[in-house]
Order: sequence, then C-alpha cells, then structure tokens
Amino acid sequence: MVTSNFDYFAPTSVDEATSLLSRYRGEAKVLAGGHSLIPMMKLRLAEPGVLVDIGGIDGLSYIKEEGGGVSIGSMTTYRELATSSVIQANYPLLADASARVADLQVRNRGTIGGSLAHSDPAGDIPAVILAIGGSVVARTRRSSRDINIDRFQVDLLTTALRDNEIITEIKLPALAAGTGTAYSKFHQPASHYAITGVAAVVTVSGGTCTDARVAVTGAGDKATRARRTERILKGKELTQAVIRRAASRAAAEVEDSLNEDIHASAEYRAHLTQVHAGYAIEQAAAAAG
Amino acid sequence: MAVATFGESVKRTEDPRLITGRGKYVDDVRLSGMAHIAFVRSQYGHARIKSIDTSAAVDSPGVIAVFTGADLQEELGGLPVGWMLPDLKQPAHPPLAFETVRYLGDAVAVVVADTAYQANDAAALVNVDYEILPAIVNAEDATKDGAPLLHEEAPNNIGFDWEVGGGDYGEAIKDPDVIVVKERIVNQRLIPNSMETRGVVADYDAGKGNITLYTSTQIPHLVKLLFSLVTGWPEQKVRVIAPDVGGGFGSKLYLYAEEVVAGIVARHVQRPVKWIESRSEAYVSTAHGRDHICDVEIAGKQDGEIVGIKVDLYANLGAYISTFAPLIPTYLFGLMLGGVYKMPNIECKVHGVFTNTTPVDAYRGAGRPEAAYLVERMVSRFAQEIGRDPIVVRRKNMLQAHKNGREVTTGVMYDSGDYKGNLNKALEIFDYRQFRADQRAARREGKLLGVGIAAYIEICGMAPSAVASSLGAGAGLWESSNVRLHPTGKATIYIGTSPHGQGHETTMAQLVSSELGIPVEDIEVLHGDTDMGQFGTGTFGSRSIAVGGAALFNSLQKVKAKTHRLASHLLEADPKFVTFNNGTFAVEDIADKTLSIQEVAGQAYAAANLPPGMEPGLEEVSFFDPQNFAWPNGTHLCVVEVDQDTGKVEVQRYVAVDDFGNVLNPMIVDGMTHGGVAQGIGQALSEAAVYTDDGQLLSGSLMDYALPSADMFPMMELDRTVSPSPSNPIGVKGAGEAGTIAASPAVMNAVIDAIAHLGVKHMDMPATSEKVWRAMQDAKEARRAERAAARSQRS
Repeated sequence: MVTSNFDYFAPTSVDEATSLLSRYRGEAKVLAGGHSLIPMMKLRLAEPGVLVDIGGIDGLSYIKEEGGGVSIGSMTTYRELATSSVIQANYPLLADASARVADLQVRNRGTIGGSLAHSDPAGDIPAVILAIGGSVVARTRRSSRDINIDRFQVDLLTTALRDNEIITEIKLPALAAGTGTAYSKFHQPASHYAITGVAAVVTVSGGTCTDARVAVTGAGDKATRARRTERILKGKELTQAVIRRAASRAAAEVEDSLNEDIHASAEYRAHLTQVHAGYAIEQAAAAAG
Repeated sequence: MAVATFGESVKRTEDPRLITGRGKYVDDVRLSGMAHIAFVRSQYGHARIKSIDTSAAVDSPGVIAVFTGADLQEELGGLPVGWMLPDLKQPAHPPLAFETVRYLGDAVAVVVADTAYQANDAAALVNVDYEILPAIVNAEDATKDGAPLLHEEAPNNIGFDWEVGGGDYGEAIKDPDVIVVKERIVNQRLIPNSMETRGVVADYDAGKGNITLYTSTQIPHLVKLLFSLVTGWPEQKVRVIAPDVGGGFGSKLYLYAEEVVAGIVARHVQRPVKWIESRSEAYVSTAHGRDHICDVEIAGKQDGEIVGIKVDLYANLGAYISTFAPLIPTYLFGLMLGGVYKMPNIECKVHGVFTNTTPVDAYRGAGRPEAAYLVERMVSRFAQEIGRDPIVVRRKNMLQAHKNGREVTTGVMYDSGDYKGNLNKALEIFDYRQFRADQRAARREGKLLGVGIAAYIEICGMAPSAVASSLGAGAGLWESSNVRLHPTGKATIYIGTSPHGQGHETTMAQLVSSELGIPVEDIEVLHGDTDMGQFGTGTFGSRSIAVGGAALFNSLQKVKAKTHRLASHLLEADPKFVTFNNGTFAVEDIADKTLSIQEVAGQAYAAANLPPGMEPGLEEVSFFDPQNFAWPNGTHLCVVEVDQDTGKVEVQRYVAVDDFGNVLNPMIVDGMTHGGVAQGIGQALSEAAVYTDDGQLLSGSLMDYALPSADMFPMMELDRTVSPSPSNPIGVKGAGEAGTIAASPAVMNAVIDAIAHLGVKHMDMPATSEKVWRAMQDAKEARRAERAAARSQRS
C-alpha cells in the first residue's frame, strides 16, 4: 500500500494550478479531497507522475445564492454541503445525500468538485446534480467554460473535463415552486458506495407533475438520467400506480451496462433501482406537496 | 484504586495508555540503523517460478539486498506443523517459495532497503517469470480425479481423513419412525481483520549471535521455540517480544514465514529489519478462517426426539498446513457435534483438503462456531420439518444440569452447566410468547420478523497436556506464572499468556489484588517477553483465565502460605490463630497484633528474623495443567426484520444468556461477549472471502470485504448463569469466543424464521440482501408453480 513516486505541487491560485496542468498535461492529476484518488494510487491502479494539490487555493470553498440559484465552490466538502442551511432549504436531496456519503472522515475531506471530476460509477453526487440540473464551471489557464451537467458525465470514470481544466464551481438553478426532491440509496455493505442510488426532483402544479428529473447512480457505468421514467411522470397525477410504473422503467437506460459484482448481480441491481426509484419519487412527490 | 475483589468490574488499567496513543506496538519499535523489508508475492493462485530477475530492484535507490527463495532455502527451513493427525500429509512449506507458488500472496522474494518506501518500490521491480498452472479453490472439487494437484505427496489434494463418532447412527435411522433431514451447508471463508496488522522487527546481535524478534503475536513463547526448531538457531539465543498487540482473533497464533525471513535477513545484512504488513497484504498472507463444505443430516422422531447427526465435511486447508490447521476442523469441531443435547448417535467424517488459497487456521471460535452452526441450524431445520416449535424441540433433547462432569456421545466430559436454565432465563428476558404474537401481527402488515435461537456449548481451557498430546499436540498446553513481591510490598507478576486486547493487565492484577489485598495500582503485570519469564503457551481458545489465571492463583497461594508462616513467626503466634484478611495478618482476639503484607514482604527481604529453614525473598512460581477442559455454554436469541422489497436483514434485538462459570471481571466479560456477538453477526450477514476459480481474491480489501459496523447492532441484552467449572481452582470457563459461536446460528435461524412461511428452509451465510431476496423470489415462484400444477390437475 505504498504509492509510486510522484512530484507534488501545492499551488496557491487557480492560475498557478492550471499552469501546472498545462505544463504537465497528460501526466498530472488534480488532488482535491483525495478520497478517490489516493486509494487508487496506494493500490497502484493510478500512477500519476505529478500531483497538483488544489487544497491550498483560497476561495474555492463557498455556497452562494446568486441569480435565483446557488453557486458552490468546487472544494466545498460533503460535510459543508450536508450542514449548509442554504443547501438544506434549496436542495434537500443534496444535503441528505452528502450526509450519507461514506463516513465522517471522508465527508470532512471529500469535495463536490472531486466527486464530479472522478465520476465514480457509484458516486452519489453525480446523480444528485444530474437530477437538479445546472452546470459545471471548468477553467484552463486562459479560458473558462460552463459544461451542462447533462453533458458532463461521459463514461466510466470519464467526464467532459479536459486534462488541463479544473472545476472551480458548480452552478445550480433555482427550483420551481412546488418542487420536491429526494435521494434514495442502497449501499454496498463494505464500501458504503451506492449499489444503486436514485435522485428525484419533481415539480407538481395543480395536482399534476409538470417537471421531473430522475437520475440513477451505481447501476451502470456512470450516473444517468432515467428519461423514460421522467416521461411517464410528466403531465400526470402522481398516484401510486403512476409512480410504480415510472419506477419500473428506472433501470431502462442502463439496461445494457448494468454493473455486476460480488455484492449484487445485474438482475438484483435492476430490481433495487426500481425499488429505490419508487422510494425517491414517492418522497419527492410528497415533499412537492 | 483500592484493593479489588473477585467479581468486581475493575476498569481496564491498560486503556488510558492504549486509547491515548501511548501503547507500544511493533511499528513503534525504532532501532538504530534499522532497515525495512518488503515481500514480493505471487500474483497467481498457482504457478511455477521459471526465473526471477532482481537486477532492477538491486539497483533501485536505498536497496541493501534482495533475496529470493532459492538464495535462502537452506537457512529458512520449512514452516512447522504443531498438531499431528494419523496419516497427516505434511508437504514442505518454505517461507519463501522457490519452485512453485501455490496461492495468491505466496512470498517469493524479499527486498531490504533503507526505508519502507524504497523497499516497496524495489519489490515492484523484481521481475518473476511464471509458468501459470491450473488452480483449484473449492475443497470438494479439489478431491476429484483430474483436479489440479498442489503437492505430489497428497494425492487428490487430501491432507488428512479423520473421523469421530459415538453410538451407531446407521442403526438408529433404520427405525421406521425416524425422519432424516438433509442439507448441504457451507460455512464460508472469513478473513481476520485485527486492528493492528501483523509486523515484525528482527534485531541481530552480531557480537553474541543473538536474535530478538519483536512480533505481533498471540504466542511469543511458541514463536521462540518454533523459530529455533525451524532455523536451527539455539533457543537460548532467541528472544521473542510481543509488545502491545492490537487484536488477533486467532490469526496471530502461528509461526509465520515473515517472522522467519526477518530473522534470517537481519543476520545477513547485520542490521535490524522491520516489516509491517499492509491491510491488502494481510488479506492474502495472514491465515483465513472457516471454509467448510458440509453434507449434514439430522435424524429424529415426530415427537421431537433427536436420535443423531451425521456429518461429511470438506475442510479447506488452503495451500499449506498452517501451524494448528489440523486441530481446528477435527477435534475442535467433531467433538462438539452433540451440542447441549443428548444426541445419542454421532457420525462425523472430515476431509482436510489442499487448495490454491491462503492457508486456513483458527479464527475466533475455531471449529466450535462451525460445529455450533451446523447443530443449531439443523435442530431448527428439523423442528421446521416436523412442524414443531424450535424451543420445544431443544428443551426435549437438552442434557440435564450437572455440576461435575458428564460424558457425552463423542467421549468428552462436559464440566458443568445448566443448559435448560440458560434457555429458561433467555426466554424470560425475551418474552417468546409475546414475540410470536407480534410476529403474526407484523406479517399481516407486510413486515417480516423472525426469531432465531442458538443453544451452544464450546470447549475452552486448553488443555490437559497429556490428553492434548495423545490427540496430536506438539507442545504442552499448561500455563505458568511468577509472582514477585518487592521489599516495599509492591508486586510484579509475569504471566505466560500475553493479551491482544483481552485486558490481562487488569484481570490478572485484580486476581492478585483480591488474593493478597494489595491495591491494583501497586501491581505490575509483565507478559510477552520470553527473556522475562518461563515458558507459556499463549492466548487463544479462551484459555488465559481458565489456565493462566489458575496458574497465577496457585502462585498466589504459595505467596500466601509463605507470608502467613513468616507473619506468624514475626507476630510470635501459633499460625493456627493468625488470620489474613484484606492484606492484613492478625492474631485472633488480640486487636493490636497485626502486620500488613507489605511489612511482611519487607521482612522477607531484610531476612533479619526468618523462621528456621525459610529462604529469604518473596517470589513464587506455579505451573498449572488442567485435568479437563472448561465448557462455556449458553442460549442466545435474536430478532431480525427482513425487508420485503430488498431482502435486507436488520438485527433488531439480541439476548444472550451465558454460563462462563465464575466471572472475575463482569465488565470485561460483557465486552468480550459484545465483540464476539458482533463478529458472529458479521459472519451471518455480510463477511465472505470470495475467490475466482483461478485463485484471485475478489474480496481483497475492506472496500469489498464487508466487516460489520456499529449501525448493524442493537443494544445487546446480556445475562448469565453460573456453574463454576470444576476444571480449575477458580471455577472460571472462558468468554473470548462464546459470542461468535452463538451469534451466527442465532441470526441465521432468525432470518429463516422470518421467511419460513414462504417455504424457505435453508440459506448459507452470509445472508446478504440479494441472497434473501432471491430466496423469497424462488420460494414464491415455487409456490406459484405448485398452484398452477394443482390447477391443471383439477381441470
């Protein structure tokens, strides 16, 4: 459990960090909270030649209400998300999911930006942000761009982020009145990662569901919107029967890429995804009033 | 702190040191000029070593030397087997493999470097050219013709065949009234996870030719003896020190390859060397536990009377025979198949089988959990088959209470116990009748509750040495103690067993305090250093108090006898009239004629006025070899809820009534029970070592090996009955393993009970959510098919 050799940089500004990434492009990895990267390095599954530790950069940890939505600095920890009154009030599912990531030590160190950039197929945060919507702000030395969250997760452990970019911020939109949210997770007994996790954001107006975003993590190779589930919900009254039917399609998008391991077969994962989609949608609908 | 009494919950005196980071573990040993070693380990389950290229490693920064198995073959010898069985195959077990690797993690080379990082980096540069061989990991499959063979001397991979029994099972089941229920039961492989991994520091004294091994072990004295036997190093020049040891659960009860290699390497490089095992390394290089595949049948009558049990067991040995591996699935398993029942007919066959896996040896309970699980699972299975309550069936078959020896079918003599008393007390705490009503009501609301019971007995207090020797033990199993009172009346004691979490420093001091009336804080308990005291066997099999505590008690009686004689002499009184209470000698009816034990100790050293013939000083030694084992027993009850949607099992309630004989420190015993039950729940619900067919370990880290965590346990409700053991002078039995032994059958019986109405009869551990969900699905599917068949028959 000893990592390979690497060079370590601790920049104090985003400019300095992005310069380092440009200079060591292809070789360098960004170190945020370190709770995904360092275990992989200790197992020598990742052997980056250069580590750029962005933990010493001031001003990347914040939760700000602006323009009706909320902007979150990329180095904001799970613990900060879980205990923030702004997050609790605006996106209860993000606070709840953050409170249930791994254990206290991980929550004290792990960050929202790190989780998104790592894109673990069983990470909680990617599904939650997908269900909320919004964008990821990625900066290079020279430029900055907003990446729509729907285009951010690309593949297993792969995002739209280029290797000279750093996530500096996550922008979340204001949720419409009458919106309820929930995250329901079945955890793997050893790692406590999600075997499946379903995030639901549901808007109800006049007894009818006017908008729904449902995202699934853990089941497939990346966090994915359950669009068929969303289509079933939209325009309907959220009765038990409708929710059950919608939930039954929650694994449809990941059907061809269902994970299978010693903790859960593909069949069981698909089943759990349906079960937890039902729980999440029901809770979100109840919260929507 | 004052003078402690027997039966008082004295707080653990070692805790302030251990929980504030001031303990001293192997990794805290830092010697001048110390180098570090790292092992190169096989990445395959089975392969022939074609060549090893160490050149890149030798040239790596900081590297002092690199040794392959072939380089050290002569000096390392082979790892020992500590327990013989008739016709036991003992293939050579080189500490570093030099021709063939037989399991993932088998060490093939060792790198010595200035730092641990350099040693690990260089180890990654050692290039081993392997010819991959077919592997086998399943013990039953390994015995079939054509299976990959591990050792030429063990055809069909069979290390031993062993049997035990009593009565005549075959005859008993000829009775037409007898119902036979059969199951195939797998007791899955477990990976021990002591908080401190293993580690060793070897310090070679070139001037004297001495070697000191600091090692994280449960058996420092046996490590000294075995190291000496294996390497030919003269025993008087070997010193083994077990400093603070952070857990073991049986896995630190052997002589390991790394201990031998470290000692030999230290001599080569003429520097102290250190090796600290990483957790990932521990998963492949430290002995595993359990791994039984068993065909079992239980036979009985419709009225609930059980007439016998028959067992045919494939016990996985792993790739080699670990130090005590032959003992675990044989005597410690087979002798316990009667449980707490009359069980008049027992037939048991055991096949010990080599496979391409990490060696398997004792793990908390060691053989007894496997036996108790089989017996208790099958008694409940039998009750289900005949449609009777599992409590009723147990009560009908239980042995009567006894105080001094009861021979059972397997030929062993249980010491004392009130088995029905345990059951009754547990039921009273639990309110069984109310639970059954609640269960029915819950089921109507779609909630699946189940209750499980386990009534167990186990064998502790190892052991009468002559008995153990006749069964194959390679060493005596007595214990020793040394009690020294200083001139100031303070005490230093040395005990032959050393703790790895059990609290010996507290309990042993408590025993001294209660006998001699010396305050606990005036007593220093030494252990774990082979140069400090005479031989001791070690801490395992819940034996420290039943054997080591008894040895200490006997030394204390000698101290009392000598001080009593000296005090009488000094008080100028007839010894008959001198009393000793709470540390004070007094002459009956004469109020002012007293002497404290501290004063008497001072006089023993001053030696100015000793009785004729008495030697000066105050130090006594005792060796205690028990006449029988000690047999803890009890009844545990557990409630689980099974989630209908997902199959997830939650333990809601846990009641344990145990008979540990006399209890010296109830708080410590409760703690052991809590930990043991937690470990048993872990086996029942989540833990499993999983190999691929070619010998790769899928559950290779804590990310995939599911240890139980605190949120899985309810508050445990503990109580006791007390049947003092006649096997030792203090009437104790041992409590370290009982919880583990009882908990897994109690939990599994509860899981089955929760879903039995669906038609589920058995499920192997661990009862993971998926397994339970699938069992419910399959049972429902079978019901549907049955109904469809019935319909089509009607039409």
